[in-house]
Amino acid sequence: MHQPLIDLQHISKSFDGTMVLDDLSLTVKENSFVTLLGPSGCGKTTTLRIIGGFESPDTGSVIFDGQEITHLPPNKRQLNTVFQKYALFTHMTIADNIAFGLKIKNKPKSYIQDKIKYALKLVNLDGYENRSVDSLSGGQQQRIAIARAIVNEPRLLLLDEPLGALDLKLRQDMQYELIRLKNELGITFIYVTHDQEEALTMSDTIVVMNQGYIQQMGSPESIYNEPENAFVADFIGDSNIVPGIMLRDELVEIFGAKFACVDKGFGTNRPVDVVIRPEDIDLVAPGQGALSGIVTHLIFKGVHYEMEVTTPDGFEWLVHSTDLFPVGRQVDIHVDPFDIQIMNKPASEDEEAMGVNE
Amino acid sequence: MSKKLLSGPYVLWMIGFTIIPLALILYYGLTDRSGAFTLANIMAIATAEHAKALWLSLGLSLASTICCLLLAYPLAMVLRAKGVGAGSFIVFIFILPMWMNFLLRTLAWQTLLEKSGVINGFLALLHLPPQNMINTPAAIILGMVYNFLPFMVLPIYNVLSKIDDNTINAATDLGASSLQTFWHILLPLSVPGIISGINMVFVPALTTFVISNLLGGSKILLIGNVIEQEFTKGSNWHLGSGLSLVLMIFILISMALIAKYDKNGEGNAF
Ligand SMILES: Nc1ncnc2c1ncn2[C@@H]1O[C@H](COP(=O)(O)OP(=O)(O)OP(=O)(O)O)[C@@H](O)[C@H]1O
Ligand SMILES: [Mg+2]
Repeated sequence: MHQPLIDLQHISKSFDGTMVLDDLSLTVKENSFVTLLGPSGCGKTTTLRIIGGFESPDTGSVIFDGQEITHLPPNKRQLNTVFQKYALFTHMTIADNIAFGLKIKNKPKSYIQDKIKYALKLVNLDGYENRSVDSLSGGQQQRIAIARAIVNEPRLLLLDEPLGALDLKLRQDMQYELIRLKNELGITFIYVTHDQEEALTMSDTIVVMNQGYIQQMGSPESIYNEPENAFVADFIGDSNIVPGIMLRDELVEIFGAKFACVDKGFGTNRPVDVVIRPEDIDLVAPGQGALSGIVTHLIFKGVHYEMEVTTPDGFEWLVHSTDLFPVGRQVDIHVDPFDIQIMNKPASEDEEAMGVNE
Repeated sequence: MSKKLLSGPYVLWMIGFTIIPLALILYYGLTDRSGAFTLANIMAIATAEHAKALWLSLGLSLASTICCLLLAYPLAMVLRAKGVGAGSFIVFIFILPMWMNFLLRTLAWQTLLEKSGVINGFLALLHLPPQNMINTPAAIILGMVYNFLPFMVLPIYNVLSKIDDNTINAATDLGASSLQTFWHILLPLSVPGIISGINMVFVPALTTFVISNLLGGSKILLIGNVIEQEFTKGSNWHLGSGLSLVLMIFILISMALIAKYDKNGEGNAF
């Protein structure tokens, strides 16, 4: 097996006595697209800054391609960063911005010229060489920031919420641009976002973070379909998280009703958390499902209807369905066994932050 | 209509305190005592005494502007690095002496530098020979730098503090050393602050007569002193105004030069 391109080993970092990263370990394989995803303040930028060399960890080490770079200054690292607010050099033309890294490295003039042309073409901004930074739109500035980074042929590109300031349409366009760029260039991407949809669309590995801990790491599908704890389930997409009791293998009791599931190994009569995605709930006629309730809310969402079904225990189930059930209708809830995801209950707050992993 | 009304006080102020005085100086400068038109007051700058004063003024102002710039830039960098809280406290400390009267501050330097002043007294205690410090060009430069330094620091600090940390990080990220980052990023980005600092130091330094009076004695005459004496002791308002006009031309020329450099300086990092 290849050795990882980036290997973060037991990184801890605190600011003014507040722990921001706590014993974080993470490996990133060459040529992968890894996304750090988590709520504001969970330490995504700090992680990226430690990899980029702008911050040094209190403990732990950063290994790049087998070499320890923990205390190497940023200008000596074989990687480049695309900053959240672009951080272009406003006193230079677009061409000079892109050429900056190459000029610092004393590359020949003709090489630099070729590179500028190539990079501008790559980001679909041919002919913008002599424009000033201020004359570009946000999306264009972002693309220049990317061009400025990739002309240096880094092995690793760090992107800190590069699309955060763009509107929805532009953001979606840029997502595809970035995926295309990544595939064309074969550079490893570490990407930071707090937008779960963006993470699901773009990455081949998602690292869900909360309060300085990694909650879960895996492919977008596994993160979405098999969240390991309530935080991940709640953060990625909409979900119903309900308390349940694991009666035995493959049988869980929710609000007094028994549901067949596919999970095993939780023991018997063990309290657990159960995650059910809104689109996995089937509403059926009364008497045909495991739990009965009443539709209390209905919104048309375009592709589907979003409904709330309240069961006698007072829980409001979020349901997505293309079939309409009007408010006030008596319905039963049915869930297929493989759509039920069982998770251990966290024993304490601390454990909740760390994420409970079996 | 209401806009016009609102601008009324400013227009009055401008007329009363800028336009009319300027017109008066122009009138006095271009006439003799009998009221007849003459260029003699302007040409008077060519006399050896006046020309010497003008060159000396230009030289000393230039020297003190350069001293201010060399002192102010690193100081502004330190302020920037300190971050908002500590930064503004240091700025406050820095501005504090400016609350003291300008004359008092300069007089304080006089008592320090005098032949029998504080510094020489201290030297005598250490059995060192007294130094001749007062009434030298160096004393005047010291006075100018001391009084005008904040006017250089503040505009430079102002532009530096507006430069995003990530702009600097981006330069290091692209491989630049700290020196290269300073040369290619910080310095070009702070040109507007440097320009306005130079303006705010050079112009008052060129026209001052108080500092040279107090720290230069009667031996060293700057053009400001010459003009002042024509108005007060010599009672020749015509000659005083004529020389003021010449000085004004020099100020305009220097401002034009600076403005031109500013335009050329933009966008030429490499
Ligand atoms: N230089 C610093 N000094 C003090 N505290 C800091 C510093 N940098 C980050 N922090 C703190 O560390 C925590 C994590 O910050 P970080 O920027 O890594 O969050 P983030 O996950 O990138 O959040 P966001 O999504 O809002 O960008 C925050 O509580 C922040 O206030
Ligand atoms: Mg951040």
